[in-house]
Amino acid sequence: MSAAAFDADLVAGRSLWADAWGALKRNRAATLSAWIIGALAVLVIVGPWLCAYAYDFIDYANASTGPSLATKHYFGTDTLGRDLLVRTLYGGRISLLIGVVSTAVSLVIGVSYGAIAGYFGGRVDALMMRAVDILYALPFMFFVILLMVFFGRHLVLIFVAIGAINWLDMARIVRGQTLSLKRREFVEAAEAQGVGAFAIIRRHIVPNLLGVVAVYVTLTIPSVILVESFLSFIGLGVQEPMTSWGALVHDGSVTLESAPWMLIFPAAFLAVTLFCFNFVGDGMRDALDPKDR
Amino acid sequence: MLRYSLRRLLGAIPTLLLLIAISFFMIRAAPGGPFSAERQLLPEIQANLNAAYHLDEPLYAQFGRYLWGLVHFDFGPSFQYRDYTVTELIETGFPVSLRLGGAAMLLALLIGTFAGCIAALKQNRALDHGVMAVSMTGISIPNFVMAPLLILVFAVYLHWLPAGGLGDASNLVLPVISLALPQIAYLARLTRGSMIEVLRSNFIRTARAQGLPTSQIVLRHALKPALLPVVSFLGPATAAVITGSVVVEQIFGVPGLGRFFVTGALNRDYTLVMGVVVFYGVLIIAFNFLVDLAYAWLDPKVKLG
Repeated sequence: MSAAAFDADLVAGRSLWADAWGALKRNRAATLSAWIIGALAVLVIVGPWLCAYAYDFIDYANASTGPSLATKHYFGTDTLGRDLLVRTLYGGRISLLIGVVSTAVSLVIGVSYGAIAGYFGGRVDALMMRAVDILYALPFMFFVILLMVFFGRHLVLIFVAIGAINWLDMARIVRGQTLSLKRREFVEAAEAQGVGAFAIIRRHIVPNLLGVVAVYVTLTIPSVILVESFLSFIGLGVQEPMTSWGALVHDGSVTLESAPWMLIFPAAFLAVTLFCFNFVGDGMRDALDPKDR
Repeated sequence: MLRYSLRRLLGAIPTLLLLIAISFFMIRAAPGGPFSAERQLLPEIQANLNAAYHLDEPLYAQFGRYLWGLVHFDFGPSFQYRDYTVTELIETGFPVSLRLGGAAMLLALLIGTFAGCIAALKQNRALDHGVMAVSMTGISIPNFVMAPLLILVFAVYLHWLPAGGLGDASNLVLPVISLALPQIAYLARLTRGSMIEVLRSNFIRTARAQGLPTSQIVLRHALKPALLPVVSFLGPATAAVITGSVVVEQIFGVPGLGRFFVTGALNRDYTLVMGVVVFYGVLIIAFNFLVDLAYAWLDPKVKLG
C-alpha cells in the first residue's frame, strides 16, 4: 500500500521536474554554467594527477617565477617554488569538497528542522522558529572564527562549522513549504491511515520539498565556498601544505606586486566557480518557481 | 508603535544574553589561557595574575562579573595591549570602521537602487542584461578577491590611488569600493525585482493611463513601494559590511575594529575578541530593530502589534 503511495508521489514529482528541466535547458546562461561547473569539477579531480608536479613539491630553482612553458609551470610558481597550476587545482578540490559537504550538513539540519517545525505547528513551531530568529541576529561569522582559532583547524570542523551556520535560511524556507504541504490531501490520507508523524515527514513532506530545496542547495554551495575562502583568507581555513582557493588568493594578495599571477589564477578560478553556481541557482529558481522572478 | 518597540526591545534581551553567553563560554572552554602562551611563569605569579584578572573565580561568577561590567560599558582590560582597556580600543577603532562602513553602505544604496531601477525600466533590453551581468559578477567576486585586484590595478599599475593606510579621502576610495561592490550588486538585483513587480501593478497602470511621464510615475508612485524590500535588506547588508570589513581592513591596513578582531583572535586576547563580538552583535541587533521600525513606518500594509 505504501509502495503505491510512494509511486504516485514519484510520478507527480517527475512532471514538475520535467517542466523545470525544460525551462532550465532553455536558459542558456544556466546551461553553460552547469557545463562549466562540470568541467571544472572533472578538471579539479583529475587534473592534479596529470600535472608535472605534486602539490607540495618544492622546485627551488624556479621559486616565484611567472607562467612559463619551458619549466612546465604553466601558472608559475609560488614564493616557495611550488607549482601554482597543481596547487590551484588541488585548492579547487578542497573548496568544492567543502562546498558540497558543508551544504549537505546544512541541508540535513535545515530540512529536518524546518519540516518538523512546519509539520507539528503550534507551540513547537513557535518555539523552534523563535530560536531561529534569535540565531539569525547573531554574528555567526565571528563564532566560526572563534571556533577555528580556539579549537584548531580540522577539515571536519570547517565542514561542520560552516554547515552549522548556513541552515537557518533553509529551515525557514522548508518550514514555509511544509505548512502548505501538510494541508494537502495525500498527507491527510496518510494521517487517516494512521501513519506516524515522522514517517509522514520522511515519506510525504520531504520528497515534495525537493524542488525548493534543490534551488536553495545550488545557491548555498557558492555561499559556503565563499565562507571557506573567507576563513582561509584570514588564515583560519585549511592548513599548509594543503590549500584552498581562499588560501591561495591570500598568498597572492601578499605578493601581488612582485608575483601577480599568484593572485590572478586562483582568483579567476574562484570567481568563475561562484559565478557559475549563482547562475545555475538563479536559473533553477526561475525554472521551478515562476512567481519569483 | 511604542508598545511594539518595547516588546521588540524586550525580545532583544534573550538574543543578547545568548550572544554574550556563547562567546563567553566558547572562549573559556578553549584550551590555553591568555597567559599560557608566553614564557613559563612562576606559580605564584600565575596565581597573582589570575587573581588580578579574576580568573581564579568560578566560571559563573566570572560571567556575572563580565555582565555587570557590560552594563556599565566596561569590556574589561585587554590582555594583549597591556595598558588599554577594551573599551578604549573600541573607541579608537570604531570611528574608523564606521566611516568606512557608512561610506560603503551609502554608496551601495545610491548606486544599487539607481542601477536596479534603470534595469527594471529597461527590462529584458541590453541595458538590463548588462546591469544584471555586472551585478552577478559583483556577487560572485568576494571582496577579499576584489580588494587585492583593485590594489593591483589602481595602486600598483596605474598609481592613481594609495594602496592602503589611513589619511585623506583618497585612502578610503579603494576599501570603500571593495566593501560596497557586493552590496551594490545585491541591492541592484533586489530593486530590479521589486520595481518590475510594482510597475506591473494596477495603480501604475492607472497613472500611465492618465498620461503621467515615466519619470514622474517612477519617482512619485513606484519608488516608495519598490524600495520596501531594500529597506528590509539593510539589516543583513549591514551585517555583511561589518563582516567584510574584517578582511578589507586587514588588506588595506586600516586600523579599524575588524582588524582588532582578527589580531585579537590570533593573539588569544580573549577580552578584546569578546568585546568586539558583543559590540558588533549589539550593533547588528539594534540596527535590525531600527530597520523593522522603518519598514513598518513605510509600509502601510504592515501592522505593528
